[in-house]
Amino acid sequence: MITFDRFVLDNGLKVLVHKDAATPMAVVNVMYNVGARDENPEQTGFAHLFEHLMFGGSINIESYDEPLQMAGGENNAYTTNDLTNYYLQLPVENLETAFWLESDRMLSLAFSPQSLEVQRKVVCEEFKEHYINKPYGDAWHNFRHLCYKQHPYQWMTIGEKLQHIEDARLEDVKSFFNKHYTPCNAILVVAGNVETEQIKELAEKWFGPIPSGEEYLRNLPQEAEQAEARVQTITANVPLDAFYLGFHMGGRLSDEYYTVDLITEIMGNGGSSRLFQKLVKEDKLFSNISCYHMGSIEPGLIVIEGRLIKGITMQTAEKAVWEQIDTLVQNGVTEAELQKAKNKSESVIAFEDMSLMNRANSLAFYELLGDATLINKELDRYNAVTTAQLQATAAKILNRKNSNTLYYLAQNN
Amino acid sequence: MVDRKTAPSIKNAVDFNIQLQPYQKFTLKNGINVYVIDAGVEEVIQLEWIFMAGNRYETKNLVAAATNHLLKNGTQQYSAFDINEHFEFYGSFLNRACYNETASLSLHSMSKHLDHLLPMVAEVLTNATFPQSELDIFVQNSKQRLSVNLQKSDFVASREIEKIIYGADHPYGKYSSAEAYDALTVNDLKAYYEQYYKNGDCMIFMAGKVPANALDLLEKYFGSLTLTNPVIVVNDEYTEPAQKPYEEDIAVDKDGVQASIRLAQNFPNRLHPDFKEVQVLNTLLGGYFGSRLMSNIREEKGYTYGIHSYIQARKTQSAWMISTEAGRDVAAATIQEVYNEMAILRNELVDDEELMLVKNYILGSLLGDLEGPFQIINRWKSYILNGVGNDYFYESIKTIKEITPQRLQELAFKYLWPEKFYKLVVV
Repeated sequence: MITFDRFVLDNGLKVLVHKDAATPMAVVNVMYNVGARDENPEQTGFAHLFEHLMFGGSINIESYDEPLQMAGGENNAYTTNDLTNYYLQLPVENLETAFWLESDRMLSLAFSPQSLEVQRKVVCEEFKEHYINKPYGDAWHNFRHLCYKQHPYQWMTIGEKLQHIEDARLEDVKSFFNKHYTPCNAILVVAGNVETEQIKELAEKWFGPIPSGEEYLRNLPQEAEQAEARVQTITANVPLDAFYLGFHMGGRLSDEYYTVDLITEIMGNGGSSRLFQKLVKEDKLFSNISCYHMGSIEPGLIVIEGRLIKGITMQTAEKAVWEQIDTLVQNGVTEAELQKAKNKSESVIAFEDMSLMNRANSLAFYELLGDATLINKELDRYNAVTTAQLQATAAKILNRKNSNTLYYLAQNN
Repeated sequence: MVDRKTAPSIKNAVDFNIQLQPYQKFTLKNGINVYVIDAGVEEVIQLEWIFMAGNRYETKNLVAAATNHLLKNGTQQYSAFDINEHFEFYGSFLNRACYNETASLSLHSMSKHLDHLLPMVAEVLTNATFPQSELDIFVQNSKQRLSVNLQKSDFVASREIEKIIYGADHPYGKYSSAEAYDALTVNDLKAYYEQYYKNGDCMIFMAGKVPANALDLLEKYFGSLTLTNPVIVVNDEYTEPAQKPYEEDIAVDKDGVQASIRLAQNFPNRLHPDFKEVQVLNTLLGGYFGSRLMSNIREEKGYTYGIHSYIQARKTQSAWMISTEAGRDVAAATIQEVYNEMAILRNELVDDEELMLVKNYILGSLLGDLEGPFQIINRWKSYILNGVGNDYFYESIKTIKEITPQRLQELAFKYLWPEKFYKLVVV
């Protein structure tokens, strides 16, 4: 049970306080309700580039990092297709430093041309490091476009192409900030050996005077229901053929989310999972294979991803995967298999909750979903899933009409 | 109105009284030492069985790693699937890892399931059979993974620099190859298992919410095993592997858009008198986000997404490593900037404010690293396995608090010369 208090400032900033007296550190987590899905299709990668710019100095404070490090703190941030999250930890005695820094960059950035210039380059190097200079680095770029035709999940957080990042202008940066980086579009979580009254005072003092901004009303193109199976083939300079198979599923708040999570667990996570045991160990068709879902807030994907053993044809490998899917749909799972997946969910939650930072991050995420108390209901949601529900959900999602297949083939093979 | 120009006052981390929770130590009937940290609120536990079975003891490449990896892939009574199924049914994770000196088996689980899990761990540690079919799959899949990794310049750079630093035959420098995988036999693994696990030297580290009967369970399942026979230490005295200065360029991908750069010099182990102080100098140079290298090469020039320097500390010797992936066209400029930063550290005293910042950062980060029982036991484990003594933690803190700009400059003058570093560029 994770306890917390919650209050909202007049400017709309939501504040959650989680007390943990056992640690000398405090965590401050600021989550902004903006991700790559909110980008203009002609300016992708912007939410992430912007995350970098948040460290380039704010209106009253030249450097974000230096004062934080001086206070014994560390920080980082990440951007996903759904959201942008900034988090730091520091000795609780120096908590006010975090309020000073985070509130100033919510108030206004410095918008330095030099910072934009440099971070454009840094992000381009990040793009190259992870998506160009790596075998299979462009697989997800292609796979997202295969699966999503309307919804902005079709591009990756890093962006469609280097060009979009290189073209970013300071005026775009400013308007992005004014639209999304406002108190009414943000959630502040403070965790550690702190009292709610003390956090209220600090929040009022530092964040209270920031103008509310306009609430961002998301109105994104929704993905139409898929009407027929889609297939794409890519050939590249990689040593092994790879196979990607994706199916549309419901969003984070849909009824089927927890069922899907358990399906992917049973199918493709761990040494006793069905796909691994059958296709890697027994039939020796894949050197590795996994099944997971994207965990996205809006309707997401179940993905099966594997690399083929050299000499095995794609046709053979694909057929074997579908046999496993069809078996699941036709016969469902045993009570023991379902119990195993539930037990795993229970321990994963317990291990995640060991870290104060994870707890703060989760609280912000559930608050973003609309209700932070969901954090304590997860296990019940998993435990409520029945074998019948699991089979019905598998049948609904894991079918050919809803499938997106990417063959990523090795050249000269 | 709130004054946003002035930083709130802070308490310097150097003024904190940082404590490391002591471990409890128990000894099983057969002499196995058990180190315990009982702490935390979540009902979870981590157990690690550490064997002196790292690749330092193997006489044939990859035997230590393969033996470790296939420990849980079959016993006389249970198949690999049965074993995985058993641990996964209880929502637990049984992992293994092989290093240079040690190899380990680790269990993460809810505390309440411990009595169901320990018998299977004992089974794995006494009755593993290393089936040919499991070895075949391991070899095949490892070779495939290697073929993908060899297309990554960072992977190639990281292992080549270790070869250059330590030598191709040294346990810290040798690496895998398709041929070495193909040469592995079941008999190699069985013999290694017999000598270094069944009759090996074992210790146990346990942390988390420890159930009242945990020690009884350990005694029951591990107290009678024929472990703890001392291992003969092989001779791996360091020999200079290459002539200095050493430069090498390796081509992996003719179309590569980035260069993986590694600069490294041999460095002594944790017991050397300079070791703790050099950690501070290293942090200043490239050990944190605000370091000289990051500030210059990422935040000012935008040549890279990240550049880091670190002491890659191993038991008998270490390496001082500078590592980055930089744009191919700015690789030479990046290296020149690293050399420039070394020169500045040699030629100029660090100012008091920057040094205070580095000290506060290191100590604050240390404080954050002590969160929870797993982190605490891991720190103790490192001290115990490296034989540095129980006061190492407090000695390190004292060093950090007391080090002066003059001493840092002396150390820079002693170590930070371009010609002391091997230079490797992989594109």
